[in-house]
Amino acid sequence: MRKAGWLSGVMAALVMGAAIVFSPLAHADEFDALASGHFEDMAGAIATLAASGNPQAVPVLHALEEHQLFASSQGGLFIRQGENYVDARTGQPVSATPPDLHPMRLNNRVRKALAGAQAEMELVAPQRDVRLKAATALYGRHDPALLPAIDHALSVEKDSGVRVKLEEARAATILGQAPVEGAQSQRLEAVHTLAGVGGLEARGILASVAAASVEAPDVRKAASEGVSAIDWHLRMWSVFQNAFYGLSYGSVLLLAATGLAITFGVMGVINMAHGEMMMIGAYTTWMVQQGIRATAPMLEPVSILLAIPVAFLVCGTIGVVIERGLIRFLYGRPLETLLATWGLSLILQQAVRSIFGPTNLAVETPLWLSGSFALGGMDITLNRLAIFIFAGLVLGGLMLVLRRTPLGLQMRAVTQNRRMAALMGIRTPRVDALAFGLGAGLAGLAGVAVSQIDNVSPNLGQSYIIDSFMVVVFGGVGNLWGTLAAAMALGMGGKILEPTIGAVSAKIAILVLVILYIQRHPRGMFPVRGRGVES
Amino acid sequence: MPVTLPNLSRRAFGRLALASSVAAVGAAWSSERSYAAAPKGEPIKVGILHSLSGTMAISETTLKDVMLMLIAEQNRKGGLLGRPLEAVVVDPASNWPLFAEKARQLLSVDKVSAVFGCWTSVSRKSVLPVFEELNGILFYPVQYEAQECSRNIFYTGAAPNQQAIPAVDYLLSEDGGGAKRFALVGTDYVYPRTTNQILVNYLKSKGIADEDIMVNYTPFGQSDWQTIVSQIKAFGSAGKKTAVVSTINGDANVPFYKELGNQGISSTDIPVMAFSVGEEELAGMDTKPLVGQLAAWNYFESIDTPANEAFIKQWHEFTKNPKRTTNDPMEAHYIGFNMWVQAVTKAGTTDHDKVIDAMIGIRQPNLTGGVAEMLPDHHLTKPVYIGEIQDDGQFSVVWKTPALVPGQAWSPWVPETKDLIGDWSQPIACGNYNTVTKTCIGKKHA
Amino acid sequence: MNLLSKPGARSFPGAVRMAAVVVVVAIVLAGASMLPESNPLHVSAFVVSLAGKYLAYAMLALSVDLVWGFAGILTLGHAAFFALGGYAMGMYLMREIGARGVYGNPNLPDFMIFLSWKSLPWYWWGTDHFAWAMLLVLVIPAALAGVFGWLAFRSRVSGVYLSIITQALTYALMLGFFQNGLGFGGNNGLTDFKDILGADLHTPTTRAVLLVVTGVMLALALLISRFVVGGRFGNLLVAVRDAESRTRFLGYRPDQVKLLVWVFSAMIAAVGGALYVTQVGIINPGEFAPANSIESVIWVAVGGRGTLAGAVLGAVLVNLGKTLFTAWLPEFWLYGLGLLFLVTTLFLPNGLMGLWRPMKKAAPEEVTPEVSDTQGDEA
Repeated sequence: MRKAGWLSGVMAALVMGAAIVFSPLAHADEFDALASGHFEDMAGAIATLAASGNPQAVPVLHALEEHQLFASSQGGLFIRQGENYVDARTGQPVSATPPDLHPMRLNNRVRKALAGAQAEMELVAPQRDVRLKAATALYGRHDPALLPAIDHALSVEKDSGVRVKLEEARAATILGQAPVEGAQSQRLEAVHTLAGVGGLEARGILASVAAASVEAPDVRKAASEGVSAIDWHLRMWSVFQNAFYGLSYGSVLLLAATGLAITFGVMGVINMAHGEMMMIGAYTTWMVQQGIRATAPMLEPVSILLAIPVAFLVCGTIGVVIERGLIRFLYGRPLETLLATWGLSLILQQAVRSIFGPTNLAVETPLWLSGSFALGGMDITLNRLAIFIFAGLVLGGLMLVLRRTPLGLQMRAVTQNRRMAALMGIRTPRVDALAFGLGAGLAGLAGVAVSQIDNVSPNLGQSYIIDSFMVVVFGGVGNLWGTLAAAMALGMGGKILEPTIGAVSAKIAILVLVILYIQRHPRGMFPVRGRGVES
Repeated sequence: MPVTLPNLSRRAFGRLALASSVAAVGAAWSSERSYAAAPKGEPIKVGILHSLSGTMAISETTLKDVMLMLIAEQNRKGGLLGRPLEAVVVDPASNWPLFAEKARQLLSVDKVSAVFGCWTSVSRKSVLPVFEELNGILFYPVQYEAQECSRNIFYTGAAPNQQAIPAVDYLLSEDGGGAKRFALVGTDYVYPRTTNQILVNYLKSKGIADEDIMVNYTPFGQSDWQTIVSQIKAFGSAGKKTAVVSTINGDANVPFYKELGNQGISSTDIPVMAFSVGEEELAGMDTKPLVGQLAAWNYFESIDTPANEAFIKQWHEFTKNPKRTTNDPMEAHYIGFNMWVQAVTKAGTTDHDKVIDAMIGIRQPNLTGGVAEMLPDHHLTKPVYIGEIQDDGQFSVVWKTPALVPGQAWSPWVPETKDLIGDWSQPIACGNYNTVTKTCIGKKHA
Repeated sequence: MNLLSKPGARSFPGAVRMAAVVVVVAIVLAGASMLPESNPLHVSAFVVSLAGKYLAYAMLALSVDLVWGFAGILTLGHAAFFALGGYAMGMYLMREIGARGVYGNPNLPDFMIFLSWKSLPWYWWGTDHFAWAMLLVLVIPAALAGVFGWLAFRSRVSGVYLSIITQALTYALMLGFFQNGLGFGGNNGLTDFKDILGADLHTPTTRAVLLVVTGVMLALALLISRFVVGGRFGNLLVAVRDAESRTRFLGYRPDQVKLLVWVFSAMIAAVGGALYVTQVGIINPGEFAPANSIESVIWVAVGGRGTLAGAVLGAVLVNLGKTLFTAWLPEFWLYGLGLLFLVTTLFLPNGLMGLWRPMKKAAPEEVTPEVSDTQGDEA
């Protein structure tokens, strides 16, 4: 629906946004324009409505955002409130539901206009944090049409924190305008403000100022200096940012590998169905979420926390069953367990496919795990941070279990010398079953974490199994510290290489490095020494 | 009678004690092979060649189901040429050589009249020689990179000019945000490579400079997008309106969108236009952070037409699941199957050569309005829609092409193929005909 | 299979018989496929190409059996050599297409034009000559196996560690070959072959000949393998498998023994891969998938580890089952394959050959206390 050329001039005027909006289809008023359903006209109408001071502006825009605004085929505009409708123009309830209503649709252009209009209206809100949020939002908009509103807000604003944000928003907005005669000093000042703010957004604005030929030379110079200062700053922070990416990737690897470190490292069982245990953990998370939604919706935000013990128990139980039903017949034949568990993994995958269907399931991320916060020049995403912490807790907990509980003691004894342990009265079959269950349960925990960042599909396990084995082998079988070190090394290594050589090559390089490393150190980074270590 | 393996096996199967694979297995199996009793006579066999296990099962299983539904529906309507249709389902297990083997089995052992199948380009490339050798008919329902035109394949999905180019036109337009800078992000395989090559040439013709185009490829199943998303973010901070065109495939989409949401990239800052994300993919995602992100398809479940409504209703009844979504490749199979039915009816036979010739010019109404026509290059005319993701997991259509777009087998935006056309109607009868030199590069059909 | 107790008496009659059976079956099938279609004994092209595929897989199984059954190296990456051989053959077949590709370019394969390559990469040099390509089939996998094996066996990487890094090797190769920049057609790989040595690949005659060639190569591989594992060297191999440290203390060099059999087995796999490509018509990075290697191990386990004939039998039977069940139980065959893995490992430690010729004792496993005890003093 690209309009004819003559429209672009009109649209420019629209964007340059004086209070009067030229509507190409000449609507009677802004409500009419809204009801037209033409995105272009709607965006214009939203700006007009916000600036008009019309008392209906707030409810109408709010309804639009919430998909509660409806238009009738006669051009009427209605807000739905529960079962009833009110006329958007007057705010009066309508007696009968108007015929053939259709909901007003949004597109990005309208959404953007809406966000701007709402921020504009909220600039003078009584609550400080609402104003602060609005001012911060306007900074990212740098829409010249909003300049009068910002100036007005600045003239009445008392709070220094909000004032800083407003000044920044004003600087960004000024630079978003085309330069006009005599505004040079104002622009220069704005450039300096933005250079001080830093960050990608400011860099973007300054870069376009520096590149604009219509700009005054000293403004351009200041802008390009600002860009390089910000770039330097960003480069410095990008080292930390990369380190964070590496650590968070490493903690995913760590979570995936700890369970394997138990079954493989401690028991010498090569569990190729380990990935499928993770998958079951992720599916359990989904089921817990669905169950809670159906029974206790108020607990939904914490469903992920409730899924943690459930997934551990479900996978742990399955693990014990697998050990009793399959693995115990294969002790002393590690390579046979590899084949048998591979077969098991095929069956589990297909079973999940038959029960839940082959498609991805949507595990929702609760609000408190979404988004990110800025730490200096870094962006810390909350879900990654949570996984990082979770991995630390899991590892710490596992260490405690191994060192401070009778089970841990027995497991270590069995690892070090199975026959001797049996002679000392340890029931090794029971320890085996529990250890395998523990390993599977840990995989279930990894599944809970992975459900927050990856697909929940029958193929989930397959994508982690090779990496997990690499971590355990690289770190040294039977050594949890080795697993930790290996996971972090592989995570960091991958993320250091990725920006320069690309994701694929980074992965290949890491694999080759690990292969070469194993050739030099056949037992990994932290080999367990002593008798009775199985090869 | 010629010795053929499956005939032996059918008997052997009964004897095999593997029947311990429970009655449920047998029941499910026989229900799939059953057909309505109404039409009599030797059944016409239809092959379904979609992966039911392995990595592609996630997308292809649905297409097998929709084919079973369409065939059952046709049988209810009295079959075809007065004979019942019988579905022959095989599982190529996401394994490309197995696709070729199964294709040969369907054509030479089961002697199917047509095959509906494949999803990935490599699976199509793998079966193509088999279909050409045995003169079979394949309906390929997925949007793809084109640059291919076989007499034995009917491409019912979109060619790049029916998806990628209109999508970029939208992003360039004022409504789409007037993007001036493009990050082309894709999985490293042929479809993204070709599509991006076409798009780069197209964007340059629209005055986008080299430094305003970023191209990035990732491996299949990429799950850690932190670095790439932060690169996109940095790329988008050059002061020009930026858009992402995503040819990311399958499973890698979920972690990609999650990372986008978490790093705070919203559709109003940097819109992402995807070519491989449909309703089925959205069903596996939490769509709240994705609202406003874009996808270009020829069909959306949300498009409100009587035909689409009936189709969705039928689908829900068939799958006994009122939440199962419909998507673009399903519509492609719907169109392809109905066209094949028409062509067989018109030819009065299932003879492959006669059906292939009868196919060209067949018209079948789309589910979303307009009429699809089978063109001489075995592609369809299609409407192109741009949809924005909504928080209910559906798309809301924000733009559509004013008219139907005819598919192009060869892209005019790739220097090597700008003079090529495909035309399987006489007198050209050639898949790669050079309009300048007036010669057929490949094999002309007599 | 306590073979060490009877040194020198280790002949593999099964291998010779299997070699004969393979050749006869190949010739009979090939001959029957040449009969007119009306003839009741006619065999369809589908069966011929399937048989060819199974026999190529059998070569892979044989190569896995050599290293796993006789040298105790559980490889989870042997499909890498198979695929490399396939790629070398694929390069030749690609060049044979010549100007008959969709773009009509006599020098560049279609996929390169597709991705705007201007000239052939250097490693494609000479691949239009059959002899050179066949040399590559043998040399490239052998060289890779040689370097990898030399590094691994020299530093005594063994057991599970070795299994995991062989898996990493094939995984890394898979990722590499997926990259379009490498010049092997990326995900699509090499396909749409037209002919071999001037003979059209899609004619019944060429198919029949290829089947016979595959049968003969497999038989040859069986016979050579029998020669290798049957004599003194074979005893040494089994000694290395069952008690590597003791063998070393006796003055042998287990690393060299392993390296030899490792490289030899890689070459058998590669030849299998090359023949495989001619008959299935496509080679792509999916062949490097770790799952393929693991599956080839299960063929050997099903047939009977440490018996050359068993590897062939296992490969053919499992693949036959796969062909049948993917057609007859498309949604459930994976359960069957999984169960096969379980049942074989639990109840058939000696595979089908074990059923057929019951062993006196269960096969000794590579992990014995002697081996374990020596690990402590390794640096």
